Amino acid sequence: MITVQNLVKRFGARTAVNGVSFDVGAGEVLGFLGPNGAGKSTTMRMLTCFIPPTEGTATVHGFDIVQQPVQVRQHIGYLPENAPVYHDMSVAGYLRFMAEIRGVRGPRLQARVDEIIETCYLKGVRNQSIGTLSKGYKQRVCFAQAILHDPPILILDEPTDGLDPNQKYEVRQLIKRMGERKCIILSTHILEEVDAVCTRAIIIAKGKIVANGTPAELRARSSLHGAVTMAVRGITEKDAMGVLGGLPNVYHVKPLGESNGCLQLRVLPKAGAQIAYSISAVARERKWAVEEFHVEQGRLDEVFRTITNE
Amino acid sequence: MLRHISSVAKRELKGYFNSPVAYIFIFFFLVLCGFFTFNVSKFYEAGQADLRGFFIWHPWLYLFLVPAVGMRLWAEERRSGTIEILLTLPLTVGEAVVGKFIAAWAFIGIALALTFPLVLTVAYLGQPDYGAIITGYLGSFLMAGAYLAVSGVMSATTRSQVIGFILAVVACLFFVLAGWAPVTDALVKWAPGWLVTLVSGLSFMPHYESIQRGVIDSRDLIYYASMIGFMLFLNSAVLNNRKAS
Repeated sequence: MITVQNLVKRFGARTAVNGVSFDVGAGEVLGFLGPNGAGKSTTMRMLTCFIPPTEGTATVHGFDIVQQPVQVRQHIGYLPENAPVYHDMSVAGYLRFMAEIRGVRGPRLQARVDEIIETCYLKGVRNQSIGTLSKGYKQRVCFAQAILHDPPILILDEPTDGLDPNQKYEVRQLIKRMGERKCIILSTHILEEVDAVCTRAIIIAKGKIVANGTPAELRARSSLHGAVTMAVRGITEKDAMGVLGGLPNVYHVKPLGESNGCLQLRVLPKAGAQIAYSISAVARERKWAVEEFHVEQGRLDEVFRTITNE
Repeated sequence: MLRHISSVAKRELKGYFNSPVAYIFIFFFLVLCGFFTFNVSKFYEAGQADLRGFFIWHPWLYLFLVPAVGMRLWAEERRSGTIEILLTLPLTVGEAVVGKFIAAWAFIGIALALTFPLVLTVAYLGQPDYGAIITGYLGSFLMAGAYLAVSGVMSATTRSQVIGFILAVVACLFFVLAGWAPVTDALVKWAPGWLVTLVSGLSFMPHYESIQRGVIDSRDLIYYASMIGFMLFLNSAVLNNRKAS
């Protein structure tokens, strides 16, 4: 649905996006991660034909973003950063305008606006002026605008920004549901969001893609991936270090201190090795009183920090 | 294409009347029109059943009031970021520019139409030349369009309405004064003859005055049409260049 080839954007001497290429298909929800100023919004603005690329191009739904911007925009729903919506209109009035300009006419128009007001939980404020709404409502009005014409492609710049935890949950459910059929790109700072909704994530730093994979693949790049964190009662640190450190696939044993009379440990494996089974076997053999035992999946925030600080 | 333009224009016009700006503008426009016509031009004392004393002030009223309408056209869209949604809709920049321009022009037209009690007054007091009144309104409306198109370009160059307003007043003042003797005299000293003619030909005033005399000359109509057309084109170009900055 979206094919991006070597996209470059320079603002004067500053290169905001530096040779970005990727593909997104229908049924995919692609998470765009990266520190502030990494080029996420700039890439999205190029895909929605708001600004032209300096070099490279992309096709969206088969149309070229440089040559056929109007056709591209017909197939895109776009939620820009900070949800900019007209303050001098009512919610229903605004959505009617957006539907009209998107080519929804006649009796279909009112039906579609009612439907979208229902979907985005805007019923209580439908006749209120947008300027008087809270940030969360403005965000939802803008979201409603993006999905109003049921586009095959959605580009969402920080869609859950400014929402409370309940609203975040609702919007994520909505994205997930739509992601089954549509092609969605969303940018976010919130790493749990990637786990919650994305089928794939791209990490972008200083205008370049530094990682591209499923959330599980990215997590596997964490140094914590496969580590065992455990709490054992009634053994000494020296004892534990000696026994666990002697196991074949263990790279390092890190004591995490004591709490409630339990010794807390983290055991890191050698690269790619599985250690959970051998640790649990040793613990059983020595009749350790294991109170907690946890195999780490790796943490996205750690991967994110490592990759984007390189 | 027309569908897009009319959607944009309708939204824009609704937006005016949903905010106090519209009512404040209309109020001051009417108060100032009344003040200049009755207190400065001495409408009653002049004893003439015509509206010359009313129309003569329009270039000066518009000099401040039209930039006040035009300043928000694009500066506000850029400041609030709504431009990012507007210009990622499936329409061209030109359609958006024309749609917004039409809305603002229609709004000024509404304010102008609300001066109709003056027409009723002259009709009650004497036998006015209705032809001159109609051309007077037409000329005034066309000139307002030219002011507005210039103000729109200035508004597109900035994110600040205040800067947009100041730039628009200065630019409009240039077009008012371009044909005025002190300006042309200053040019004559160093500029080639064709440039002096060009600059003085750009002025709003001679075209406004000639329509005020009750004559609709096709040259004046072409002047206003090309002035507005060129400014709208420039407006699109400025936006294309600066919309993301």
